[in-house]
Amino acid sequence: MVLRITRADTRRAEFLVSDGASDTVGGVDLQLTDAERGFRDELRAWLAGVIPGLPAEAHRNDWPARRKYDTAWQRMLFDAGYAGVNWPREFGGRGATPTEHLIFLEETEHARAPYVGQNFVGLLHAGPTLIAEASAEQKAFHLPAILRGEHIWCQGFSEPGAGSDLASLSCRAMRDGDDYVITGQKIWTSFGHTADYCEMLVRTDPDVPKHRGITWLIVPMGLAGMDVRPLRTMEGSTEFCEVFFDEVRVPAANRIGAENDGWRVAMVTLSFERGTAFVSEMLQSMELARDLAALAKRITRNGVSAWDDAGLRRDIGRACAELDALWALTKRNISQAQRTGLVGAGGNVFKLAYAELRQRLGDLAMHVLDRASLSIDDIGELPTHAHVKGRIHALSLGIAAGTSQVQRNIVAERILGLPKDR
Amino acid sequence: MDFELNDDERALQAGLRSFLQGRFPIDAVRSIEDAGGSPSRAHWAALAEVGVFSLRRDGFGCTDAVLAFEELGRALVPGPLVASHLAASVPVLDGAADGTLVVGIVEPSQPVTMVEHLDTLDTLIVLRDDGLFAVSPSSVQGTAIERPLDALTPVTAVFDLPDGEQIAGPDVAAAWRLDGMVLTSAMQLGLCLASIDLAREYAMQREQFGRPIGSFQAVKHLLADMLTRAEVARAAVYSAGVTLDGRADRSDLQQAARTAKIMAGDAALFCGKTCIQVHGGMGFTWEVDAQRYWKRACVLDTHFGNSDHHASAFADALTTGGITNGHL
Repeated sequence: MVLRITRADTRRAEFLVSDGASDTVGGVDLQLTDAERGFRDELRAWLAGVIPGLPAEAHRNDWPARRKYDTAWQRMLFDAGYAGVNWPREFGGRGATPTEHLIFLEETEHARAPYVGQNFVGLLHAGPTLIAEASAEQKAFHLPAILRGEHIWCQGFSEPGAGSDLASLSCRAMRDGDDYVITGQKIWTSFGHTADYCEMLVRTDPDVPKHRGITWLIVPMGLAGMDVRPLRTMEGSTEFCEVFFDEVRVPAANRIGAENDGWRVAMVTLSFERGTAFVSEMLQSMELARDLAALAKRITRNGVSAWDDAGLRRDIGRACAELDALWALTKRNISQAQRTGLVGAGGNVFKLAYAELRQRLGDLAMHVLDRASLSIDDIGELPTHAHVKGRIHALSLGIAAGTSQVQRNIVAERILGLPKDR
Repeated sequence: MDFELNDDERALQAGLRSFLQGRFPIDAVRSIEDAGGSPSRAHWAALAEVGVFSLRRDGFGCTDAVLAFEELGRALVPGPLVASHLAASVPVLDGAADGTLVVGIVEPSQPVTMVEHLDTLDTLIVLRDDGLFAVSPSSVQGTAIERPLDALTPVTAVFDLPDGEQIAGPDVAAAWRLDGMVLTSAMQLGLCLASIDLAREYAMQREQFGRPIGSFQAVKHLLADMLTRAEVARAAVYSAGVTLDGRADRSDLQQAARTAKIMAGDAALFCGKTCIQVHGGMGFTWEVDAQRYWKRACVLDTHFGNSDHHASAFADALTTGGITNGHL
């Protein structure tokens, strides 16, 4: 078979022949459309107006103040029409495309706007789950409160005995009349000590295969029998909590989906990811990487700067090129989500590569800082905090939301089709 | 913003893949290897007929060429493909487009300049910062290397490279380098994908301890890492092609091309060596193609600057404001 690639062979080529236009027809195009530019300009103008008037950030250990700060920002977004930017319009969101969501994250990061913070679980996890699976009354009660920053949510999925093997969770919920009575323990519950509601997976049937006996519940925080204990991480802070349940009564009306159908409900949530999960992180990492070059010129030892070390310089260059590539992959994933509604394999690939790269970048930062890396806080004008905290944070990337080992299994089995080892 | 290939681009890719499967199956490539490692005139004419060299003159862009060269890399097609493709565009060397003129390229180095496929060349282009210089291959005195690293890339060691006749200035030389980096990275991406296919096939079929070795996590994770590196490289390579075509919101063409060359170059070396590892003892044999993929990856890494060179250059640009991609 001989295939001659000529102008006449493709529609794009025909267009070239008929119109004499340049090669801007269809295909891969990484420029923003006019509509996307319009969205960006409007958002940029709004951010420029409100950011200077924001109050100072709360102290990292003052959780009530941090809640107030995060929810106040959420309320500002709501009033300006940017709350739940990627949520469907019928549920109060802006109905933005994945690309517009990317622009939102880029512009807010660029303007140094507050992060999603404690609104994270409500906006990005519980809310989308309720949109997909909750009853009309449940939606009407919860969704507006999340968008307005009135309710903070936390997540009660993982347990001490159920990490990578989440479906083996054992926190028990026994049916008693119109209530479930919950006894057990949850762990890694972010913002458990400030949240109003917990999205929770509980064991409602221990006698069936593990995936089929799980139920998804909305659990109000602060009920009798509930004990929330902050869990100090290696960063020294307490974003996470352990939550203990001792015969905590929750109305059966708080269930989402059918009894014992909670695993499916939880999996539905995962399908909401549109490739934007790590955009803010990526942008921060890119900025840190660029700062690293400047920092390496400033920090000297025995009169020689880190930047004078050709090996270190090359390692930084390589890490930056990889960030550049991962930014391209981010756009590719978001594009695919925009076309098909799913990120697919690209999401696992991204997380694997990013978790590894972020650690390498962190190691480089520690080498550049050298002795200055012994402080997590800024030292004078040296931006040690961002780099050292970033280095510590990087250790969690290969663990949280599916360890790199689990990600590799997924890539190998679901994408490459290798046999399961179970 | 849209990163998905459209129907035309897919058709181009699929069309070329199917042509290569018919004309350059791996058995045919091995036969070329047995015959000295350079493609014959008939091979070259077939590649020309399908449009590999004339693509750009026919109105296609860098992104289209990237898709074509990805397939050429995947099929392990030997010969000075990138040089002949570039020579068919700017400046036009008569005969390059239709395959009657086989054009090679070399960057001078000391103490020795290694020229590839010298015996098959009609013209050798010397790529220097100050321009392109045409050298008649018959005027090049050198020692043919008896055992080239890649048996499909015969090389001649040249200690005294003629200056040649200048045919283009520094701007064209820079454009060749830029395009050359991106097209080479596309071939490196193709090598990754071929290595993954070969390793996957073997991991599914080879049994030890009573089951396919691909069911062991230790092996699975090697394959997952190969795919991860390849897909990150793919994003970088396609993005570079689109950037050179002027369809991306960034103006730092150099950095986009460097990213592609670094990522695809490192990925091809990684996928090649990991493909050998997955094959165990068989991977170390001449018979299994894993070695061919790895060796070609070694060759392509040296084209238009290796990944270490570009990583250093990328770092230098960080402090001179030469990077315009978003926040980086």
